[in-house]
Amino acid sequence: MRAGTKKKDGQLFVKPTLLQDIRRNKWLVAMCIPAIVFFIVFSYIPMAGLYIAFVNYKPSTGIWMSQFVGLDNFKFFFTSKDWITITTNTLFLNVLFIASSTVASVAIAIMLSEIKNKWTKKITQSIVILPHFMSWTIVSLFSVALIASDGLINKIIVGLTGDPSNAIAFYNTPGVWPALLVCLKVWQGAGFGSIVYLATITGIDQSIYEAAAVDGASRWQCITRITLPLLKNTIIMLTIMSVGKIFYGDFGMIYAMVGNNSLLYPTTDVIDTYLLRSLQENTNMGMTAAIGLVQSVLGFILVIASNALANKVSPESALF
Amino acid sequence: MAALEKKSDKAVEWIFTALIIIFAVVCLVPFILVIASSFTSETSIIQNGYNLWPREFSLEAYKLLFKSNTLVPAYGVTIFVTVVGTLLSMLVTSMCAYAISCKSFYNRGKVAFFIYFTMLFSGGLVPTYLWITRYLHMTDSIWVLIIPALVNPWNLLLLRNFFQGIPDALSESARIDGANDLQILFKIILPISLPGLATVGLFYALAYWNEWYKALLYIRDSKKYPLQYLIMQIQRNIQYVQQNAAQGGATTNGIVPAYTSQMATAVMTIGPIVLLYPFLQKYFVQGLTVGSVKG
Repeated sequence: MRAGTKKKDGQLFVKPTLLQDIRRNKWLVAMCIPAIVFFIVFSYIPMAGLYIAFVNYKPSTGIWMSQFVGLDNFKFFFTSKDWITITTNTLFLNVLFIASSTVASVAIAIMLSEIKNKWTKKITQSIVILPHFMSWTIVSLFSVALIASDGLINKIIVGLTGDPSNAIAFYNTPGVWPALLVCLKVWQGAGFGSIVYLATITGIDQSIYEAAAVDGASRWQCITRITLPLLKNTIIMLTIMSVGKIFYGDFGMIYAMVGNNSLLYPTTDVIDTYLLRSLQENTNMGMTAAIGLVQSVLGFILVIASNALANKVSPESALF
Repeated sequence: MAALEKKSDKAVEWIFTALIIIFAVVCLVPFILVIASSFTSETSIIQNGYNLWPREFSLEAYKLLFKSNTLVPAYGVTIFVTVVGTLLSMLVTSMCAYAISCKSFYNRGKVAFFIYFTMLFSGGLVPTYLWITRYLHMTDSIWVLIIPALVNPWNLLLLRNFFQGIPDALSESARIDGANDLQILFKIILPISLPGLATVGLFYALAYWNEWYKALLYIRDSKKYPLQYLIMQIQRNIQYVQQNAAQGGATTNGIVPAYTSQMATAVMTIGPIVLLYPFLQKYFVQGLTVGSVKG
């Protein structure tokens, strides 16, 4: 065979040059151009702008004319005490979120799949997915009605204990926030997350369950011995993929819930909220960009690594 | 023995039904709380706190809201951004998704990777912020809420997967009849891809409707605040008061947030989503199940 010739479907297939390909598909290429321009302008140019992490940025001189300072911006961040707090918070909260959301989503999917009454199933599924479509600003407003000093939760606490001093002042008690954020995360995302698991369960061959029933297996045994083991791959794959994003705090949630309430920073300040604050305070653009670069690089490495892992665990579920 | 097993099976189903109903109620309670509060009189909220049922029914909050000059412009901004944004996004996304789903386009994989890579690595906040404010000068333009979010790579690849599921014969025969690819997309491919379009369109519309982060970064002019950002500003005021109350301080600088009108604003914001939701739900459950994204 000549170079550039491939055998495909038993036919000889000549690989076109790029120019030939474009000329032949000029309509298709033209249809790609708006999207390609978009990604160049709003994704690739900002990537090049990461150069700012290596300069002493001065607004008057611009990025490319500012003085090159090598790794100084990185040193500056890593010698500050902030970086340990925000990195631990980001990792800790994300581990909590991944674990709680996975457990809740799988539980909801299994419960929904076991309910035989069509209407109960349909209505409850619709309701548990609904919170996913609420923005965090709305959730944050909802939560005021729940966690305010005269909100529903404090009413229940006071009602049960009969002592008003037991009420929790949520907005200046950082210790309760990890638990509170986990509850909100499960409330908002668990129902939506269960869709994928429910689809996997629906795809399981029904004859397996019929055979088990003939052998006298109870429903509970079917769940623990058939459904859960068959869900294992999906669970592992989705967990690996969320671990890939572990360096990205849930900015939308935490900023909407906590905002600029510095009393809560010890447990809730994550990399992304820290970045926004340093941007707003306009302290040192170079350092802020350096943190962002570290986050992007670590995130990139983790996605590649977790995908490699997913490829090993179950190749058909890897992303690429 | 068989009867006993049946009993335990029934128990499992009852417990599951009970648990899922409890979770569904928990999902609904905040909605009810907010809706009920928005219809309660202000004095009742101050005296009794938030309740699941309005103790003193009142429409005052809504009257106030429509008289005020914040909600109506914010609604206008959000509706404009959602409608125009979704239409533009769908146009650009579906054209590119179709192009990279066509097997005749030999380098389609390279284009797909070019798009996919932006999901793996990004410039991050600072370069994007400086680029948009200092070089593109988009601060305080309403388009800053649309253009930087015009194409979502995940949505694009999801739609491409839908298009790949359509038999080639359809577009091939149209091509033989002399149609160009743009005509094929609009006359043949899009009309038979409604579930896919509905899913992706819904994701875009929700993203635009719920957008506030870009407003936080780029919008200074309060007349151009979208709904969600208006709510965030309102919510900051309450939190501020809460914090001060908790610390024993009196309410400072005379800000007395009207609790009920905040809740009414929330109701106005989620209203359209809650009303449209039942009609769209079947599409995205279907859509998410069918198209898994691969690079």
